[in-house]
Amino acid sequence: MEILFSVLTVSLFAATIRSATPLVLAALGGIFSERSGIVNIALEGIMLIGAFFAMMISFYANQYGLPPLVSALTGMVGAMVFGFLISMIHAVVSIRFRADQVVGGVAINILALGLTGFLLQLIFETSGNSPSVPNLAAMPIPILASIPILGGIFFNQSPIVYVALLAVPISSFVLFRTPLGLRLRAVGEHPKAADTVGVNVFRLRYLGVGLSGVLAGLAGSYLSLGQLNIFTENMTNGRGFIALAAVIFGKWNPWGAFGACLLFGFADAIQISLQNAGVNIPSDFLLMLPYILTLVALAGFIGRSRPPAAAGVSYEK
Amino acid sequence: MNEKVPVIEMRDVTKVFPGVIANDHINLAVHEGEVLGLLGENGAGKSVLMSILYGLYQPTEGEIFVRGKPVAITGPKVAIEQGIGMVHQHFMLVPVFTVAENIVLGDEPITNVGTLNTAKAVNEIKALSEKYNLEVDPHAKIEDISVGMGQRVEILKTMYRGAQVLILDEPTAVLTPQEIKGLFEIMHSLTEAGFPVIFISHKLKELMEVCDRVTVIRRGKMIGTIDIEDASPQILASMMVGRDVVLEVEKKPSQPKEVVLEVENIHAVGLNDLPVLNGVSFKVHAGEIVGIAGVAGNGQSELIEVITGLHKANSGDVRLNNETITNHSAKEIIHKGIATIPEDRHHRGLVLDFSIADNGVLGSHDQPPFARWIQRMFDAIRAYADKFIQEFDVRTPNQEAQVKNLSGGNQQKVIIAREIGRKPDLLIAAQPTRGVDVGAIEFIHRRIIEQRDAGKAVLVISNELDEVMGLSDRILVMFHGEIVGEILAKDATEDELGLYMAGAKRNTPSSPKEVSK
Amino acid sequence: MTTSDESTIKRWRERIMLVVAPFIQQLILPVGAIILALLIGAIFILAIGNNPITAYIALLQGAFGDIFSIGETLEATTPLIFTGLAVAFAFRANMFNIGAEGQFLMGALAATWVGTSLELPSIIHLPLILLAGIIVGGLWGGAAGLLKAIRGVHEVISTIMLNFIAIFFIGYMVTGPMKEESALDIPQTAKMLDTAQLMKIMPPSRLSIGIILAVLVAAFIWWLLWKTTVGYEVRAVGLNFFAAEFGGIKPNYNMFLAMLISGGLAGLGGAVVISGLFLRFQHGFEPGYGFTAIAVALVGGNNPPGVVLAALLFATLSQGALGMQNVAGVPQDIVLIIQALVIFFVAAPQIVWAFPEWIERRREAAQAASEGGQA
Repeated sequence: MEILFSVLTVSLFAATIRSATPLVLAALGGIFSERSGIVNIALEGIMLIGAFFAMMISFYANQYGLPPLVSALTGMVGAMVFGFLISMIHAVVSIRFRADQVVGGVAINILALGLTGFLLQLIFETSGNSPSVPNLAAMPIPILASIPILGGIFFNQSPIVYVALLAVPISSFVLFRTPLGLRLRAVGEHPKAADTVGVNVFRLRYLGVGLSGVLAGLAGSYLSLGQLNIFTENMTNGRGFIALAAVIFGKWNPWGAFGACLLFGFADAIQISLQNAGVNIPSDFLLMLPYILTLVALAGFIGRSRPPAAAGVSYEK
Repeated sequence: MNEKVPVIEMRDVTKVFPGVIANDHINLAVHEGEVLGLLGENGAGKSVLMSILYGLYQPTEGEIFVRGKPVAITGPKVAIEQGIGMVHQHFMLVPVFTVAENIVLGDEPITNVGTLNTAKAVNEIKALSEKYNLEVDPHAKIEDISVGMGQRVEILKTMYRGAQVLILDEPTAVLTPQEIKGLFEIMHSLTEAGFPVIFISHKLKELMEVCDRVTVIRRGKMIGTIDIEDASPQILASMMVGRDVVLEVEKKPSQPKEVVLEVENIHAVGLNDLPVLNGVSFKVHAGEIVGIAGVAGNGQSELIEVITGLHKANSGDVRLNNETITNHSAKEIIHKGIATIPEDRHHRGLVLDFSIADNGVLGSHDQPPFARWIQRMFDAIRAYADKFIQEFDVRTPNQEAQVKNLSGGNQQKVIIAREIGRKPDLLIAAQPTRGVDVGAIEFIHRRIIEQRDAGKAVLVISNELDEVMGLSDRILVMFHGEIVGEILAKDATEDELGLYMAGAKRNTPSSPKEVSK
Repeated sequence: MTTSDESTIKRWRERIMLVVAPFIQQLILPVGAIILALLIGAIFILAIGNNPITAYIALLQGAFGDIFSIGETLEATTPLIFTGLAVAFAFRANMFNIGAEGQFLMGALAATWVGTSLELPSIIHLPLILLAGIIVGGLWGGAAGLLKAIRGVHEVISTIMLNFIAIFFIGYMVTGPMKEESALDIPQTAKMLDTAQLMKIMPPSRLSIGIILAVLVAAFIWWLLWKTTVGYEVRAVGLNFFAAEFGGIKPNYNMFLAMLISGGLAGLGGAVVISGLFLRFQHGFEPGYGFTAIAVALVGGNNPPGVVLAALLFATLSQGALGMQNVAGVPQDIVLIIQALVIFFVAAPQIVWAFPEWIERRREAAQAASEGGQA
């Protein structure tokens, strides 16, 4: 009985990590973008682009005779590249052309939905699921994976999960311990002040948005290659927006956002495991949880959350 | 001295923006160890010129020489490399960063592994701060420090980058007379160490006090450079404006009648629940102008907002014609008979994208004859606009023009027309001439005095001491959210007001709290 | 011709231009954006080896080829007018309502409930259904307005969150309390009663009288915005919060009001679509009208007449897309790409000018280089 209990717990927490991974990566991307002063509600669309191109590149790489693992890794890198490219559209429109960043983000999301649907129809002649492709399934890390409980939760996962777990401390370190991070934050708080001491506001904002593209693209690749081995139309299904919620809930701080993603991931995992266990409580209410919590957090009932002062404001010399 | 090569020389600098010549062949040179004043009205092109020197704008024509060598200052980075440091009028400090982080930003000391070396930054700042006698707390957050310290941080920022020339853009606007003295001392110690300083101002007395020479520009054109020995405030003023200027406001003695506004022991808090008004009491009578002097940020803005219903008073009472209006809605207070010229016309005064006609009815837009039920009555609105455009000489093609396309002076006229048009019992004029040219200043002052002579009560708040002294019949001085002094304008001297403004002197018979002490 | 004649003509021309010029100016941007987006769409179509002219003709055929298509296109226009007006009205108060989708769906759900569970004569039933849509949609939008007004919560985030909350709440209702017992694979509600259905006006198409209601509502919103103190106050708050407050207008109340009205418009759209077209609520019904509405409002200049035209445009695109896919073999998702491009171009008109400028710069650079080479 006790063993059963512990196994259930480990698998539940492992599932939490799996649900949280795409959220963590996209949320870190969102933090870099918003800390540099560019509001990014395009995370959803960038993830979708990442998911699609990861699948497509893995598919073709495999067709050209690359071994499955290499194909899948190529797909993962490709997702980051295409995530970066699509984020650059957002960057150019909001930095160079000073468009409203929310409007631009909405357009990216629509563009991503259209582009992936278009290509899916064109290349695979389907409007639902892509064919299955080589993926990045769980790769236990020797030794660490055999640690009781923790090994099962953290170290028997897809390689993308490891990247996500490492990305949290790295992001925090870069933002708060390096000159680059100081400048990036300065640009998001008071761009003119940064400009007058010779910090290149535009370049740093492109960097912030570009990082969000790379990370959200990677997050997308986890959906198609980490959790599954196919792409399905609109497979992000709002995860980009949950990541955005985590950014706010975590007060634009990598560790805070990580905590929020774990919470949201846990709500998702427990919902699935309850359904599998045949417990009949309406899963819809659990799925609602991240959104309600974010509203509550925003309303200041769990401490006020202050966005970077210049987020959403175009900079003009 | 002039035989030597200037540290900075700008030769025939011209800057053209679409439709405007902001700078038209300006020449300017500053030598080692001198303070050069740069004088001009608002919008004369001082800030643009200095932004060119600092690399924020590129000149359309002309050259800049640093110690005799021509340089192309393509950005702030180049300016910094050339040893040019600038303290901007609006501080360029990140509020959520510490003093140290702000000072090193863009030129950060790093450790061996490439991370921020905070300890080293703090040590360097401490050394600099001792060397130049600029006291700061490197660990404090900018949002928590005083304006004076903010300015010292700005100066340290330039020193940290090895500035050889310091540009100070309107640095005294936000300082107390004492802090201004402190700043002048800092400037002296800098010039003694050989640094030249460029001091931008439109305050004649300060220029007379601190500069060696003054360069004057007017409407983008170079008027000339004058040695301070040859200058006087009158000469500088006429160079700045282009004609002889009446520095004094002409008016008859006042004839105060019944009390219109009575403010009694008002307390209020601002951001972060910090007290901003600590028991303010005073009266304004019909037929008099009461002026409130004080350094910006001592509660004047909040006081107006409390009276006009835009800021909550925690205790105390505001009465208009013996009727309490404390914490009533802005709308009620407008209808009870208070009209206000707000201190910042773009912030509070106007909806810039609205037409002149729509701005003209703001506040009475839902009253007859401008509205019936929720339906707006456009004939009445248009007729009213036509009338005040004529009466107040608002220069515009038509009343449908958006006010954002008007000049500052004409925008201010729209506000004054609207507020006086309410036929109020009390007119509050906050910074009524901020950022308008001298012609408009005279027009606005006459209109305010006309209101007094028509038997209205008038309350004037201004950061310009000259304006308060010129307009008022009675002067109150605010310091740290209190009225610390009350003087009849005819007896007031600038020195005495300065002491009150700095909190070094007080006499407040009108405040019950003080009496009870 | 005498000089006085010429000057008369000139004067008339000036007068005409005075009236027409602002109108044309308002049209240049959206029309230019649409043309440019269609051109880029054509490049996509060319790139996949199809003929863009054939494709676009197929698109027009699909949307307007016969009475049936025209009716269907107009029926698709109806919800877009409502949600477009919703987004546009909120924009006027400087509120970005991304939540029109959630408000639309909540309104639709409320209408479904009234239309399936109450038995009333049509003359009471139909107004009640529409009212239910307005109220529940309004509450959903108003909630975001209230959070903004009293707690300073940014409406973009709160409306995104409220969208998802709505979707999951509806998921619960449609699979639970409101589920029709005989429902087969897909859970769905019961069918709207006969008294709860809007009249069809263009058979054989499914076009209902809802389109007329939509146009009337657009006219009402136009009047409200431009001819009343309500609109004046909302616009003043949207353009300058602090000046409005100074003028005795309550900015927070007006922001709330704008979101309430905005949500009400979207919710009314939901009610009209349920009682005029779908007649029941199916699980997973997320038509995306609330998101297309953002494009509709932007292209329509946040002005009701523009919104009606823009709604027709986007309905044409989506309705014709299927025809284009069937006839010309171009994936229908291309209309989403075109839609996104239109938003980009309207939101950042400088992009349009950037092309010629860039070409000009390139030419100058090339010229300078060749001259340099000669010297």
